[in-house]
Amino acid sequence: MRFPILSFMIFLPLVAGLVLLALPANLRSSKNWFRGIALVVGIVDLVFALMVYFTYRTDQGGYQFLERAAWVPQLGISYYVGVDGLSVAMVLMGAIVVLSGVLISWNIEERPREFFSYLLFLGSSVLGVFSSLDLFQLFFFFELAVFPKYLMIVMWGYPKTREYGGMKLTLYLFAGSMIALVGALAIYFGSGLKTFDLLELEKAGFTTNFQRIWFPLVFLGFAVLGGIFPFHSWAPDGHVAAPTAVSMLLAGVEMKVGAFAALRVAIMLLPDGAKYWSWAILALATINVVYGALIAMVQRDFKYVIGFSSVSHMGLVLIGFATLNNQGLLGAGMQMFSHGIMTALFFAIVGMVYDRAHTRDIDSLGGLFRFMPWAGVGFIIAGLVSMGMPGFSGFIAELPIFMGVWQVAPWVAVIGILGVVITTAYILLVVRRVFFGDLPEGLKGKISDISWLDKVTISMLSMIVIAIGCFPALMAPVVQSGIDHVLVLLGGF
Amino acid sequence: MNIEIASTGRALVAILPEIGLVILAGLVLAVDLIWRSHPCRFLGTLTVIGLLVILGLGLAFSRPGPEPQFIWGQVMRLDQAGFIFRLLFLSGALLTVLFTTESEFLCQRGEFFALLLISTFGMCLLALSADLIMVYLAFETTSIPLYVLAGFLVMNNKSVESGIKYMLFGAVTSTVMLFGFSWIYGFTGTTNMYQLAEKLHIGAISPSLMGAVILLVIVGFGFKISSVPFHFWAPDVYEGAPSSVAGFLSTASKAAGFVVLIRVLLVAFPQVSTAWSVLVAVLSAASMLIGNFLALSQKNIKRLLAYSSIAQAGYILIGVASDSILGNSAAIYYLIAYLFTNLAAFAVVGVVGKALGSDELDAYAGLSRRNPGMALVLMSTMLSLAGIPFFGGFVGKLLVFGAAIQANLTWLAILGAVNSILALYYYLVVLKVIYLYRSPNDQQPLSFSFPWKVGLVVCVIAMVVLGTVIAPWLSWSSLAGAAFSIY
Repeated sequence: MRFPILSFMIFLPLVAGLVLLALPANLRSSKNWFRGIALVVGIVDLVFALMVYFTYRTDQGGYQFLERAAWVPQLGISYYVGVDGLSVAMVLMGAIVVLSGVLISWNIEERPREFFSYLLFLGSSVLGVFSSLDLFQLFFFFELAVFPKYLMIVMWGYPKTREYGGMKLTLYLFAGSMIALVGALAIYFGSGLKTFDLLELEKAGFTTNFQRIWFPLVFLGFAVLGGIFPFHSWAPDGHVAAPTAVSMLLAGVEMKVGAFAALRVAIMLLPDGAKYWSWAILALATINVVYGALIAMVQRDFKYVIGFSSVSHMGLVLIGFATLNNQGLLGAGMQMFSHGIMTALFFAIVGMVYDRAHTRDIDSLGGLFRFMPWAGVGFIIAGLVSMGMPGFSGFIAELPIFMGVWQVAPWVAVIGILGVVITTAYILLVVRRVFFGDLPEGLKGKISDISWLDKVTISMLSMIVIAIGCFPALMAPVVQSGIDHVLVLLGGF
Repeated sequence: MNIEIASTGRALVAILPEIGLVILAGLVLAVDLIWRSHPCRFLGTLTVIGLLVILGLGLAFSRPGPEPQFIWGQVMRLDQAGFIFRLLFLSGALLTVLFTTESEFLCQRGEFFALLLISTFGMCLLALSADLIMVYLAFETTSIPLYVLAGFLVMNNKSVESGIKYMLFGAVTSTVMLFGFSWIYGFTGTTNMYQLAEKLHIGAISPSLMGAVILLVIVGFGFKISSVPFHFWAPDVYEGAPSSVAGFLSTASKAAGFVVLIRVLLVAFPQVSTAWSVLVAVLSAASMLIGNFLALSQKNIKRLLAYSSIAQAGYILIGVASDSILGNSAAIYYLIAYLFTNLAAFAVVGVVGKALGSDELDAYAGLSRRNPGMALVLMSTMLSLAGIPFFGGFVGKLLVFGAAIQANLTWLAILGAVNSILALYYYLVVLKVIYLYRSPNDQQPLSFSFPWKVGLVVCVIAMVVLGTVIAPWLSWSSLAGAAFSIY
């Protein structure tokens, strides 16, 4: 039997998280154990994710690394994992961000045992969703993330807003997932196939009417987690309230989980519904892009800028989905990866700045580049990705999206480009005001350089976005092979 | 319909667990009288051992055959539903006893355990009854000991109030129910549910009268399951009663109400199922909404759990309203998961309440520092109640929503989903208090005794197993769900 590599990747963090909770909390050297275990798990998962990514056969396409076992045969539920070209990229991105989350939280003082344990649960949840080929199992892992998210925000978050932000985020996301759950059950009973197997359900051939009724519910339910307007307001509040590693995971990976599930369940199972409603998604997503960018522009809080930039960038992913054509979907897939890494990098650096300056007010920051050049360079790189500069992964992602949307609605492309221009403006403004200029009086003597682990994290994330940007062939063919399958379901091209 | 009447020997074996319960109750009382100065743990241990023996006997000998059997002159029907609910009640009683074994005041009282056993005896009979008179007798056998148990702490005004309130409500609702039964007898000349269905089938009674009968009957069951609008007793009774009794009330007693509700509706009134399905759906919607909304602002954890249990009754009623095998199985699965979950929750409440002398939510601040294990158990119960994966509650919710959608009650499924969101709020507030908030004395450890640990570990394992290894338990529930009646 082949080594069950995906299951291993999903359950390793889960088991490690449980082991962590079982370890005694009060020993002197125990913190080293906690973070050591988390680090090992993070590295092992990343290595496996790389193995899966590079051994995925793009020439064959389709779902690979399949593993299947009966779970609840009465209801047609099975444990069924596998990856296609799109999810293999998501799994890799998830593993990268989980590992960087561990590295960035290396020196956490408050209850490290619980922190790393919940972080690993979150990792298990996202990897589980990305590789689920069973609808029940997808929800199982999806909702597994509820309590780690909440507890991590309220226990280690920003004291002033953590209770509000954590509760808001958790309720929004749970609301989305419950609504989507009802839709998923309707899909199950509507298909008459008595199976939760996504591959079977793809072929169920739902009536057009059924698809039109249920598509909005399922899509919006998941897209709440993707930050779709007008259900996006949890994102900035939640991201700002969360501790650095959790912001990285939430904005970097969890938002992709939402978008990914919206694609996998809503668009792929109900393609006619998607065609019928694509104009609405396009409209909402365009508001996301422009409105998110405009709000980011006027923020005075460093972290809120990045929080709203996530809303804006996720809008591009959703625009890509709504085009329902090859370029748009390819771009959306690339953007999910690119934004995941980029926003993790952003939040990591915001966290480093806050840890030193103890303020996130842009007006009281400045001149940090001299003291923490690595962070400055990393931020600029993330900013360039975010603006869609050629040579960085953002360009490879955003260009196809705009090519795709031009074919279906040129005016959206024009408005969307406006969003990119605003993005450029606020990124440049923030870079100038935070990293250049003079160090304010209040910060003199407080700012030290970042640790070598932080530098490792920044370099790792930066190198990935540059590598993808310079060599799109590393990723585009893989994602394309996943998109091909979606296009077949959409019935054309 | 297949009516098969067993021989006396077979009939005696079939009610072996019930016989065992009565003997055990007598034994506990007698031992308590003879040996006055027994150590605290003694009576509880005796009861636990006795219940384990009874559980074993029930599993080994009192299994129903492939076909349901009528026993004792058709007042009882041994089928999968009765069998599984009996096991459920016995497990509930077992855990409740474990959680009282070390309780200083209760452990000296033989009558406490005896009453608990008699009440369990009544529940088991309720699950088996096939005759309305048997239903009523079993109903009272279940309730009367519970009135006493709720008011057991005679030095505590709240407990006494709780007992009296529970008794008044119980007396009124069971009288109304009995009135409904008398109507049924008057119309049909029989009290046997399974013959009733045939008599009512001819169309002798006008639909409106039938509706009135169903309404009268549902009052009694609605009280037992604490569904809106018969829920007013629940918060006060749970708050005043000893925590372990409150746990028992909210789980085993509720399950007993459900089994008889499902049986009476399905068996006696199959031809008006569309009507009662709507009625149950309305009760379900009202229970979920009112339970959850009132729970949002509770500051006392026992009251919070009481309102949560009203809302949980609403979710379970979704399964009943669906009127299908899947619906019944879903309700039963939910009840099983809920039993272990809520018993564990009340057990933790009992420990903390005893140690800190308070059931206010504020007293739980810093619990995760005082005793991480206990905090973890409480977190598991809250997550299971909220329907988060890895715990049985998730599967239960999924199944009831699924049943509703299958039965074209999509509005009810959506309402249930919306209510889960509401409910998550107050469950998360509990988590926030135990994990985030500090109390001045949170370095002071809080310990719990051995039987408590055993009970809690059993509950948590049960919750996780119900939430992950789903298939076998679902088969059980489906067997039980299909056994009530003819589909």
